[in-house]
Amino acid sequence: MTTASSAKRIDDNYNKNDRTNREGLRGWLNPLAYGWERVSYWFQRLTGIFLLVYFIGHVYETSSLVSGPDAWAAMLELTQTIGGHLFLILVIGASTLHTVNGIRLIFTQSGQGLGKPGRPDYPYDPTSINNKQRSGLWIAFILAAVAMLYGANVLFSGE
Amino acid sequence: MGQMYFLVENEETMTSDSIKNNRNNNKNLTKWFSEIPFLRESQIMKIHYITGVGALFVVAIHIMMRLIMPFNMSLEFENVILNYKNIFYALLLESILILIAIHGFNGLRVILLEIRQTQIWERAVNILVIVAMIGIIAYGTRTIIIANGFSLG
Amino acid sequence: MKIFKKDKKEEEITNERSLKLERSNKSTNNNNSINQNSKKLRIFRINAVQNPNDVPHFDEFQVPVKRWTTVLDALLDAKSYQDSSIGIRYSCRMASCGSCGMKINGVPRLACYTKISDLDTNTITCEPLPNFPYIRDLVTDFSQFFAHHRSVMPFIQNKKADIPDVNELSEYEQSPQELDKFLQFSYCIKCGLCYSACPTVATDLKFPGPQALSQAYRYLADSRDSDKSNRLKVIDTSHGIWRCHFAGSCSNVCPKGVDPALGIQLLRSHLLGISNNEKKIAKLKDRSTDSSYREDLEEQKEEK
Repeated sequence: MTTASSAKRIDDNYNKNDRTNREGLRGWLNPLAYGWERVSYWFQRLTGIFLLVYFIGHVYETSSLVSGPDAWAAMLELTQTIGGHLFLILVIGASTLHTVNGIRLIFTQSGQGLGKPGRPDYPYDPTSINNKQRSGLWIAFILAAVAMLYGANVLFSGE
Repeated sequence: MGQMYFLVENEETMTSDSIKNNRNNNKNLTKWFSEIPFLRESQIMKIHYITGVGALFVVAIHIMMRLIMPFNMSLEFENVILNYKNIFYALLLESILILIAIHGFNGLRVILLEIRQTQIWERAVNILVIVAMIGIIAYGTRTIIIANGFSLG
Repeated sequence: MKIFKKDKKEEEITNERSLKLERSNKSTNNNNSINQNSKKLRIFRINAVQNPNDVPHFDEFQVPVKRWTTVLDALLDAKSYQDSSIGIRYSCRMASCGSCGMKINGVPRLACYTKISDLDTNTITCEPLPNFPYIRDLVTDFSQFFAHHRSVMPFIQNKKADIPDVNELSEYEQSPQELDKFLQFSYCIKCGLCYSACPTVATDLKFPGPQALSQAYRYLADSRDSDKSNRLKVIDTSHGIWRCHFAGSCSNVCPKGVDPALGIQLLRSHLLGISNNEKKIAKLKDRSTDSSYREDLEEQKEEK
């Protein structure tokens, strides 16, 4: 059994802070090389950051209520524009995607829908990379598109 | 238990032994937030999942409230204030604020912790995230309380 | 006009000459030289240990390719006949040792297990595995990787297994069903492809990586191991298992079907307290009263 002192000897030349050849953020910006799950990871991050920024802005913009009707009207002039509507449509899509994919991730990260361990054989296809759990992501994209269309209809219909 | 393999000690990297020591230090605030105090990461992530699912329901109600009348009408000052004056709606908004602030800023904390792992960075991220969470909840609560007490006309 | 076939010896000589002609053609700008039997190999070159300020660059080689030629074959051909200074790590040549991991056309693969015909390109780019520090050319430093592996205590821990005191005819009983719960994770060859593919490892030095975490599950799921709580404590940190986001890249690149993503998510279910994979700790069975075992042991003693 390796003792503490021999473990230290093995690791003498080891530099644990060596970041050489670590991909860094470039490693995140590579969503297409490894399949749908990597795409899901990338979109979940992107939509999460986007929604957090929107949330902070939304809390700030709604605080104009306390300054009275004039301030509220000024805020509405800024946000109820074509650009504002388009931005809101993006928010609707991002929140739908993040929510549905997030529910899928809660299930998969609890080990549901990934199959059971077994005895791998050629061609060594992994059971966790299956269409059953991937379909959650596809449904998220479809629902996000539907929600964006509905949102566009409500916002641009002028009602 | 027999001897455990461990790495050469360095304050910037955890070994299985130092991970255990660090866990005990979660209760020690003098470690100055290199980890979130009093909570294991699994507990933090359970909170993350629960706030996420909870936010789904409350945000869905919040969005539907914009659709019970024509959208543009729902944004008029008087209609918005009437919403805030409804205690249940005010509580709904407060719960959205809390759930999304926790979920969102914890997610940001996770992303930032993955980018860099120096002790200063980790402490700064943990402290700033908690401060931002409390700050935005306080700011939003102020809006809700003042709007709730607003007298129309 | 020849009305008889060339005899075999003459045919072999002709083939050898045409191969030599192909090998001697090193032109990379002349597209006519890239024919069906020859491919361009771009190899990443760096000498990080002897020259820390070395600027990495790519060297290009034309290599002969046949139907079953693997990337490792092509690399060794370039090393043997064109530039013997190319640094390559390899051993078994049959996807059993995990030594020849490298990034081939942008994806971490085993060079001995990747046929050039499967890549379907005229140019094969070979780079060292990402997320591992450079040593030289395609050879990388696995110290960080092995240190993370050691940190998850990759050995059976059972307080009752005090070997010197136990009767030599004892064993821990394990059924085939119990074996199947962790067997695929024990097939890991530590090639490092999953560690290279993982987006979290790309930025997080403290993250153990998919290999270490799947090995943590391998030992947790083993019915002979009784140290579940300590194993879970080691990985339940701000840079532990929770920094996995199921990007699935590890399972996509694993050459042995270990499926580290599955192991990590199953391990997470234990931490969340919703696992349905609870195991019975294996019992120590004393076989000394079993007559067939005793006879075998006596025979062995007589032979000695």
